[in-house]
Amino acid sequence: MAQEKISIVLISEHREDLQMAGMIASVGAVSGNDVSVLVSMNALKYFLKGASDKAPFAGQMGEILERKKAPSFRTLFEQAAELGEARIHPCSMAMDILGVEWRDLETFMKEPLGLTKFLGDAKGGQVWSF
Amino acid sequence: MMAKKKQIDARGSFCPGPLMELIAGMKAADVGDELEVLSTDKGSAADIPEWIKKVGHELLSATEENGVWHITVRKAK
Repeated sequence: MAQEKISIVLISEHREDLQMAGMIASVGAVSGNDVSVLVSMNALKYFLKGASDKAPFAGQMGEILERKKAPSFRTLFEQAAELGEARIHPCSMAMDILGVEWRDLETFMKEPLGLTKFLGDAKGGQVWSF
Repeated sequence: MMAKKKQIDARGSFCPGPLMELIAGMKAADVGDELEVLSTDKGSAADIPEWIKKVGHELLSATEENGVWHITVRKAK
């Protein structure tokens, strides 16, 4: 029942960006869209098993999100994958640079993806970047 | 088999928490079951009926009482 293809490129380490990307991924996926996320650059470290989800704030909203106990962005991505079948992939380049293996990442993370494959899959759909 | 009714208390949770809690409840429910979600998040009160419409379930009621929204949905498929 896929209605739209939504591709999200997530590279930021800021709480607000991670939160918004998680919201779009989870709500998009549970609304019947075909969602895929490529996690790269400074965002990848938050998807390691046992990593802290205390991301630095870009501004005031980040602090308020934390204080008011908005859902953790990692929970949102997990729900996107488990409730909405979103595919969340680590970027293979970022994994090489960071020196991590697939097994080091959260269990909801799908196989590492290169840009050629991600761009091919994203063709013709919505692309969001954070 | 009798349709079941279930309440999901998502008060205090921010967007999209109440929607996600409802969806987790819907996954576990049978077709015909009624779920009522309680939410104090104004955005969710508007967004949950949108989701119900988009996905094709049946919105039974949406009311507000003392700052708490009660949204009732029947699982249609």
